[in-house]
Parts: sequence; C-alpha cells; structure tokens
Amino acid sequence: MEWKHKHLLTIEQLSKEDIEYILETAVSFKEISVRSVKKVPTLRGKTIVNFFCEPSTRTRMSFELAAKRLSADMLNVVSSSSSLSKGESLKDTARNIEAMKVDMIIIRHSMPGSAQLLADCVSCSVINAGDGPHEHPTQGLLDAYTIKEKKGRIQGLKVLIVGDIAHSRVARSNIWTLKKLGADVTVVGPSTLIPAEIEKMGVNVSYYLDEEIPKADVINILRIQRERQDRNFFPTLREYIQLFGVSEARLKNAKKDLLIMHPGPANRGVEIDPAVADGPYSVILDQVTNGIAVRMAVLYLVSSVGSSKKVKMKS
Amino acid sequence: MTCLIKNVTVVDPKNKIHGTMDVLVKDGKIADVKKGLQTDGDVVEGKGRVLVPGLVDMHVHLREPGCEGAETIDSGCRAAAKGGFTGVACMPNTTPPIDSAGTVRYILEKAKSSACRVFPVGTISKERAGKELAPFGELIENGVYGFTDDGSGVMDSGLMRRALEYSKMFNKALMPHEEDELLSAHGAMHEGGVSTRLGIPGIPRAAEECMMERDIRLVKCFGGRLHITHVSTKGGVEIIRQAKAEGLPVTGESAPHYWTLFDKDVNFNTNFKMYPPLRTPEDGEAIIEGLKDGTLDAIVTDHAPHAEANKDVEYNVAAFGIIGLETSLGLVLTTLYHKKILDLEAIIERMSYGPCRILGVENQGIAKGADAHLTLIDLEKEWIVKKEEIVSKSKNSPFIGWSLKGQVVGTMVNGIWTYQINDD
Amino acid sequence: MKQINGLDKKGIQRLLVRMAHEIVEQNEDVDNLAIIGIQTGGAHLATRMIGVLKDITGKELPLGILDISLYRDDFAELGEGHPQLKATDIPFDVGGKDIILVDDVLFTGRTIRAALDAIVDFGRPKVIQLAVLVDRGHREFPIKADFVGKNIPTSLQQEIYVRLKEEADDGVFLIEK
Ligand SMILES: [Zn+2]
Repeated sequence: MEWKHKHLLTIEQLSKEDIEYILETAVSFKEISVRSVKKVPTLRGKTIVNFFCEPSTRTRMSFELAAKRLSADMLNVVSSSSSLSKGESLKDTARNIEAMKVDMIIIRHSMPGSAQLLADCVSCSVINAGDGPHEHPTQGLLDAYTIKEKKGRIQGLKVLIVGDIAHSRVARSNIWTLKKLGADVTVVGPSTLIPAEIEKMGVNVSYYLDEEIPKADVINILRIQRERQDRNFFPTLREYIQLFGVSEARLKNAKKDLLIMHPGPANRGVEIDPAVADGPYSVILDQVTNGIAVRMAVLYLVSSVGSSKKVKMKS
Repeated sequence: MTCLIKNVTVVDPKNKIHGTMDVLVKDGKIADVKKGLQTDGDVVEGKGRVLVPGLVDMHVHLREPGCEGAETIDSGCRAAAKGGFTGVACMPNTTPPIDSAGTVRYILEKAKSSACRVFPVGTISKERAGKELAPFGELIENGVYGFTDDGSGVMDSGLMRRALEYSKMFNKALMPHEEDELLSAHGAMHEGGVSTRLGIPGIPRAAEECMMERDIRLVKCFGGRLHITHVSTKGGVEIIRQAKAEGLPVTGESAPHYWTLFDKDVNFNTNFKMYPPLRTPEDGEAIIEGLKDGTLDAIVTDHAPHAEANKDVEYNVAAFGIIGLETSLGLVLTTLYHKKILDLEAIIERMSYGPCRILGVENQGIAKGADAHLTLIDLEKEWIVKKEEIVSKSKNSPFIGWSLKGQVVGTMVNGIWTYQINDD
Repeated sequence: MKQINGLDKKGIQRLLVRMAHEIVEQNEDVDNLAIIGIQTGGAHLATRMIGVLKDITGKELPLGILDISLYRDDFAELGEGHPQLKATDIPFDVGGKDIILVDDVLFTGRTIRAALDAIVDFGRPKVIQLAVLVDRGHREFPIKADFVGKNIPTSLQQEIYVRLKEEADDGVFLIEK
C-alpha cells in the first residue's frame, strides 16, 4: 500500500484501501499517547498551521496535540470567517501563511469547499478540519476507528446517524467512511433536517428513532443547534427531544453491545441524555482519545507526500 | 456606405427565404435581396455561409453605470457583436438602477457609439427596492422596452399586481426575475443530491415556480403582459405551456447553460454559480422541448459579468452569474442545430424575432427596405472557447475549453460591420 | 546473492548461543535483564535470544519489540513514500533495567541511534547494551556493539541480508549491488 494523497480534503475522494491504511497506521500512534514521554521526533522541523476561521476548541486541540506529539512546530491562527470577508479573502490569508514557509495548513472554515479552494492556491499540504456542512474527514476516520476498535469490524454493522443531517459535516464524512467500509447506514432526524436526495449517498432514511434503535449496532448522535429552531426546522426544542432525544428509556430495547457516539460538544439533555452520555454504551471519551491517534496518522501520512527528496536510510 | 454580400445562404422565416442570394446594403438599409447583384462598393464573399436577421439577446447585464470594472456598455456591446448580436436588452440592476429618465438617457447616449443596439429595460420598483412602483411612463418616454427588478424577485404581491395593472396602459412586458427569496433563502445551487453531497445550501425549484404561478395568476386576474425570464426547470416550462394554452399573454425565455450544464458539474466552481441555478438533465430536456414547441419564445444569455474578485472566493459567497454573449450562438448551433433538434428557422425565431416581438422592437428581417441588422454565420466552423479571446471585460465563463461547431463570421448593425472575423 | 560460509540455520543458532553466554557472563544480575528487538529482523532474533537465555539461566526474561520508523533522522528527506509503521510493544517498565538491544545487522549506526532515542522516551534504563548478529562496518555514528555474532567486512557496494526462518530458511547472505 502506498499513500499518495498530498492533502486530506474529503473522505469522498479516498478509496476503501486509503481509509483502512489510515486506520491501521493510527493503531501504531495510539500507543505513543500512553508512554511517559508522549512524543516522537518524526515531524521535527516541520511547521504546521492550525488555521481556524470558526470557533472550535476540541478539534483544534486534538490537531495541536497530534502535531506536538510528532514534534512538529504548531502555530494557531484563529480568525473569524466574518473578519475574512471584510477585505482579506481566504486566498490572500492562505498565501500569506504560506509565504512564511509552512509545511501544512489545517483549515476549519464555515464555507463548504474552502479546504479545496485553499489546496488549489497553496503549494503546501492542506488538511480539512471541517468546511461548513461539507466534510470533516478526520472525524469520520476517528469514528470509524472507534467502532472498529470496539467491534472488531465495520462491515455489516448497522449504524444510525441521528439529528441535523442537513447541516452536518460529521454526518457526511461518516456516511462516506462507513459506506466505503461496508456498514449499513441509516440517517434519522426530523424530515426538515434530512437533506434532499440523501439516499443517493447510499443511506437509508428514517424519521422514527424508536423503530431503528433495536436494530442498531452503533448510534452516532449529532449536536443540534438551537438556532435551527428559529428557522422553523422544528417547532420547539422540547418537541425535538420528544422525537429524537436519545434517553435511557429509549434504549431499553437496544442491543446489549450498542455503541453510543457523539462528535461533541454534546448538548446534554437535548440530543443526548446525560445518563446515556455517561452510560455503559457510551464511547464518547474513546472518540476523543482516538482522535489524536487518527490525526497523528493523518499528519504522518500526508507529510510524507508533502516533502520532495527521497533518500533511502541505511541500517 | 455600400456593401454587397455575395452568394450567401439567406435564411429568414419571416420573409420565407432559404436559399443562395446576394444581399446589397446601402446607407444602413437593405437595398436589395436577389441573385446576381453588382456593386462598386465593398464585396463580402458569402459562399458557404449563412446570413440571418440580426440576433437579439433580450437578457444582458452591461453593468454600466456603477460596475464598470466588470463590464461597460462599450465592452459588453463588443462582446455581443462578436457573439453575432445586433441588439441587447440591458437589465436595470445597475448603480444607480434604471429607474429614472436620467439613467436611461445616460445609457442610450453611451450606446450610440457602441457595437450593437441597446434596449434598456427599466425597473419595476423605485431603486429596485421592491416597495414603490417605478415611473413607467417617464421611463418609456425616454426609451425603455420593458420592466424588471432582475437580480431580485418582486416579493410584494401587491406591488406586482399594481405593476401589471399599470403596465397595461403602455403595452410593455413585465419581465420579472422569478424568485421567492424566502424559498431560495441563502441557497447557492440547485437543491438536490449534489447540493446535499457538497453541503451547499440549496435553491429548490419551487423558489422560481411558485413566483411564476403567482405572476401568471396575477396576469389572469389583473391583466398586463408577462415575460418569464431565465426558466430553468421542467415545472417552469410546463407552467408557461399551461398559461399559453389558456391564451394568457405570457412568454418565456431560457439560456444555453440550462440545457448544457447541470448541478453535477458545479463542484465548488464559482463559474457554475448563477440564479436560477443549474438544474438536472431532466430539466434540460424539458427546456429543449419548450424551445422546440414554442413554449419558450426566446434564447437569452443572462450575460452577467463579474470581476474576478467576486468570483475567486468561496463558492457560497461568490457572485451569481456567468457571461454568455460570445458562446451563445456556438452552443445553440452545437447542441441544437447540429443535433437536429432545432432548424435555423426556429433558432432565428428564438434569437431574433421572438425577443424583438416581446421587447416591441421592429424587425423586418432580410427584406428590401429593412434596416440592415444582419448576422453572418459559418455553420461548420469548429472552434475552442479560449479565455484569452474573450472580449467581455469579465471572463467568468463555464464554457472555457469547450469546443463548439458554428461560429459568427460577421455582425452588421445599421449597415455597418461591427464585428468581422479575421480571415487569413 | 551468495550465502556466507557457515552462516546457515545452525551457524546462526551457534552465534546466538555464544552471544547469550557472553551476555550472561557480563551481566551478573540476570533478573534485571530485558531484551528489546528492533523490527523486524532484530525482533525475530530477540525472540530467539529469550529462548536461548532461558536454556542457560532457567529464567524467562521480558521481551520488547521496537519500531524505530518514527525516530528516523531522514523523514524530511524521504519524499514520496514513508516507512510503513510496525508495532512497538514494550510491555515492561524500562526504568532501571539492564536492556539488551538486539538487531540483525550493524552498519551506519543510525538505526541504533534512533532506537536509543526511542527507548529513553519510555523511561530511564540503567544500562543499554547492543547485541548484533552481524557487524558489517562503515559506521557513520560513534556506536559500537557490545556483543557481535560475526564481523563481516563489506564494501559499500555490497549489502548484507539476514534471512530468518520467520520469513524463509535461515541464512546470512552477501549481495553485490
Ligand atoms: Zn435574473
């Protein structure tokens, strides 16, 4: 297997083999985080920029730790998408960052396609850390890693993705990852938040959570944004909780080895009940731990394509 | 000035000509059309070429006044002439908008020296703000050919009612941009499987179809003449077909990109972003069907130039619109004529007589005594759309790199060649 | 590819046994010993060494496996392609231990440098000693093995290939480039 992607922009562009290779590589990296010295010198001398144009603490921290555990130098550039639109374009900013001779840019941005746009205008590697509702590839990968770690496989598992599918990059990257690895994916949510023709992505659609829960091996619960209520996607949060909130009572007919996942940050008491988030099915904290290993694997693999010369090391 | 176009295939459905003739142009008029004409003036060999009544594009954004960085009346008209157009109707979403006598006169003054005729279209509402009726009478007196708030839908149904009623006195068409802005709400491409996959907010077909149905209902109840601009959906074609069947004074137009490009082509490329958005192949089929059966009266470009700074940005925030004047006829010939979907007569109807009828512009075609507005075409010439050859000030074309069959060789306005291809 | 005289399956085993005896001679506190093999050849040899040492001392020493890919000094120059990662598994605390680091061939010393860096990231051993099956010379770093199975002088145009039965039949081979 040879890794040949200079950027990680979407899961859609990856093959099944690419995905499996990242997950395998991540296994080696997970061990590093439990050593007393949680650091290897692999990316020493590489400069990686965390370019976050949208607030996100978790993903940014996770990438930062991943980079630092690989000994890369990490610079955080936090800017709001709104200040970008006031004059300096994404491209200008990106070119400025690149002129400082960085090796990789990790970008989070509110606009779909922004990671691609960036990759098209800079010569360094680009990693998409979430581009609007489009994709969030490392989240899809770490979710798959967690499922595989707990279940031993992904092929044939029944996975529910519950909530605001329409606005969710997590949903899209999860759908691509899981479908490519052979899972049976069903999206569940209010009909207003299931986007047009999503079946074309190879998923089943359901509006009835209670019917789906007993069949599920994994339930991935998406964060619901309160603002959606203002645009009439659902009438009240209360009604949303009644129909789609994942509570202990709802899980009474669930499989005994069900996994409950959430990309975070969770609205406890809204899309997920605290008892479920902290309950026996929950692997939410494993997702956080695995996120670092998966991101280390991604940084490692992408870096290897980004550089130019090739010298064979002699023993 | 005299010019004789010799041995050319003249095609003109109105004057029922389809055959090899000589056409003599003298002092801006067509002096004669028959075989074996002689002149001591200029001679243009027309062998193997087709001469048709001058094409007219009734939906063009010339951007002047206000956005001269993207296009000017001069550059837009040169692009039009290169595309074979002898006249363009310019949309009023300029700065200031075409809502007063002064702006109309400014445009017509500038147009005097330009490469094609300019037919300004006035706004429906003052400042194109969708609130108060624009002064139709004053605008017509100064030379507008219709009314639209193009760029924005008329959200106020009461205003649309009054506009239709008021326009009855002047027999000019209202040409609304059909968009319910609450349905298109921040959308940036067709709502469907592709928008879902890309995470781009969608514009449902209903955003335009609902407004069409409202406007047709208003015409039925209150009168007025309605021209439906840039139809992009199968449903839209059907709505117009029904209205025509009921005998309502409703006409429609569409543009080549709606049957040559589709939502699946978007892929975050901002030169594939316009309103209405690229739909699906099924919609494209229906539009072609509408052009065939006459449901759609006009082929337009919705030529919408944008400076690179407004396109070279994230897809969602990029400006809506693409240029089209220089590729329109090539696309029509390649995708409709050579595929034997429309014959030349039908194409001339949709690209010359139809638009003139809707605008109220006289068009006598290729007849003795008529004004000499002519388009000379090489039907077989194959060419590639190249960015560096685009005459328009803006280069936002999704067709760059396309290879087309059928090219404009010359464009004549009032007896003067405003464009002639360089023959080596 | 030609096999080095005497270094077939038996020959290799003989070298291992001799090295094991030397290790025991030089390390009085056998209980404090632990073996770490470098992926992949060194890992196979380390596993065998554990067996030989058990025959000699009657004790099962702790075994660790180390992949040094992430500690290579040439990652930035690798360009397209990268070492495929293999498992690192050191299931004991290296702190205070007498570590015997095992590899198949000692050449430039860079791999050993990487391995030393890796081991100290796991803790602070009391001592690290190096055992190699073959020392072919051409050191680029000041590194010297404590236990050598066999010195085989080579030119830079040659390569040494140690094949262990975990892959195919045992043998040490000289390859002319
Ligand atoms: Zn419009």
